[in-house]
Amino acid sequence: MVSKNVKLMQGNEACVEGALAAGMKFFAGYPITPSTEIAELSAQKLPRVGGKFIQMEDEIAGMAATIGGALAGLKSMTATSGPGFSLKQENIGYAMLTEIPCVIVDVQRGGPSTGLPTAPSQSDVMQAKWGTHGDHPVIALTPSSIRETYDLTIQAFNFAEKYRTPVFLMLDEIIGHMREKIEIPDPSDIEIFDRVTPEENEKGSYKAYDNSLEVPKMAAFGEGFRFHVTGLMHDEFGFPKNDTKVTEVLMSRIMGKIDNNLDDIILYDEYYTEDMDLLILSYGGTARSVLSAVREAQRAGKKVGVFKAKTLWPFPEKRVKELSKTVNKIIVAEMNLGQYFYEVDRVAGKNCEVSLLGKANGEPITPTEVLNKIEEVL
Amino acid sequence: MAVASKLIENNFRMNRLPHIWCPGCGHGIIMRGIAEAIEKLGYDKQKVCIISGIGCSSRAPGYMDFNTLHTTHGRALAFATGVKLANPDLKVIVISGDGDATAIGGNHLIHAARRNIDITTIIFNNNIYGMTGGQYSPTTPHGELGTTAPYGNVDNVFDICRLAEGAGATYVARGTVYHAKQLEKNIENALENKGFSIVEGISICPTYYGRKNRKGDAAEMMMNLKDTTLDKKVAAKLPPEKVEGKLIIGEFVNKTYPEFCEEYHKVVDKFMKED
Repeated sequence: MVSKNVKLMQGNEACVEGALAAGMKFFAGYPITPSTEIAELSAQKLPRVGGKFIQMEDEIAGMAATIGGALAGLKSMTATSGPGFSLKQENIGYAMLTEIPCVIVDVQRGGPSTGLPTAPSQSDVMQAKWGTHGDHPVIALTPSSIRETYDLTIQAFNFAEKYRTPVFLMLDEIIGHMREKIEIPDPSDIEIFDRVTPEENEKGSYKAYDNSLEVPKMAAFGEGFRFHVTGLMHDEFGFPKNDTKVTEVLMSRIMGKIDNNLDDIILYDEYYTEDMDLLILSYGGTARSVLSAVREAQRAGKKVGVFKAKTLWPFPEKRVKELSKTVNKIIVAEMNLGQYFYEVDRVAGKNCEVSLLGKANGEPITPTEVLNKIEEVL
Repeated sequence: MAVASKLIENNFRMNRLPHIWCPGCGHGIIMRGIAEAIEKLGYDKQKVCIISGIGCSSRAPGYMDFNTLHTTHGRALAFATGVKLANPDLKVIVISGDGDATAIGGNHLIHAARRNIDITTIIFNNNIYGMTGGQYSPTTPHGELGTTAPYGNVDNVFDICRLAEGAGATYVARGTVYHAKQLEKNIENALENKGFSIVEGISICPTYYGRKNRKGDAAEMMMNLKDTTLDKKVAAKLPPEKVEGKLIIGEFVNKTYPEFCEEYHKVVDKFMKED
């Protein structure tokens, strides 16, 4: 019998274990509840694998140093929560335009402002999409269990490396602090993607932003490629260009590298969706209450299905649209006052009635509340 | 086109020149000083990283043929900290302006100094925000004019060198673009210090600061630097009344103290062995 590696683990801990399995070698951050364990465990574990941890002077610096670590060639991560997520936004946009792979974990708590530091929420969903200024490509993943946290952290690194872009891992305080049994997969079963790097013979002609490639190759500083990186619009060599054509080509490539790969990036799970009258769309910690309630509704003979988003952004538009044509009603359950709801309504609203089960008082949405909502709309 | 000097050919991206700075701007003198120092010290250009923030001075790395990173406003030192810790074999230089380094980036400046991380910071101090058209900065003297101080600046100035010294920098010097050779020597010494080094290069901005405050043309502003500064060693021998009101230039700190990346690597060495 093969011995299984089974542990009792907290979500924040599973995030760090997943990051290490993905090859994280650099972490820069700033303490903030409820994400702090991610920094603490990174500080403890990184030097043991030859990696680097640094606690920076503020959230902005944490993001900046994370980008710096990635440019020096290491797989880099930072972790934060709402207020810190706000502070990091300018440098996140910098990483998006300069195409620096890194992972940003946001363990969501009640907001706005300092809000409810120790209570769960899912109220940074729209901030993940639109938090930094300008049009920009976004990948945001969200887990609803400890094992999924482990897996999606690896996935976040893989997407970051594959698409040369920052990737958000959106936890909520429920998932971040919950403890659950987790079976750690064997390293040989884990697929790891490493950034594509230029060849030796490209020295001297290396284009850090080669537009003939969907995702340009990425050299690290110090490897002999001597390229330039700027947050200004730039040409293929990375030099600033105040030019509409150059801007158009660059913007369409960085948006396209996500938009052209939706089937690869969009992850979700479905339950009971083959035959249903009502669909509940949920994600993260809230999806657990939804699943529990729907199993009970199913036992009572109600045809209720569940769509659990694991990729929040890009929005799983194609599948949500398909499903919206098979039901009369959709409920969006989320720990905020209606964020993903608007996106679902935009896509599904023409085909069925979309309603919100939202809550933003620091308490999780309970299975009872979901059941009551099912009663109300059915 | 005139034939460029070997220094320019060896250290600059010829296809990126000419630079965007105004006629009479002092920044080119400091940028050249950095190149002179790097060349003199014989650093491998593949291992040199030059990192900047936002503003006139922060455009310098784009012209320089090294690993170069033009970051967000004020954050160059935070990016540089990540680069240096991730790969301590790199020689990391930060170029920043007075507003970039001491206003929006002030927190990163004092903390990089406190850590004594091996980064050499060169501040191009022209006493004004030039890129945005002449607003007062933390080094615009009290009473002087800026577009946002139309009735005279009521703020007080930072003494960048004393700030850096107080925060823990292990090499601190001030020079001016008039005293170009001396400034170059300061940069060289800063680069050779294993720890956080800062060189405040007093520059001139004839276009905004100079014009607004009737300081004359670039040549007059250069002469003014000559007349209003005193070398630290010279000042030490003069009576106080001859020193008052003068800007002191020279080396203020040059000491040895454990460097951040080396200290972190001791932790890595110790705990990697244990596992």
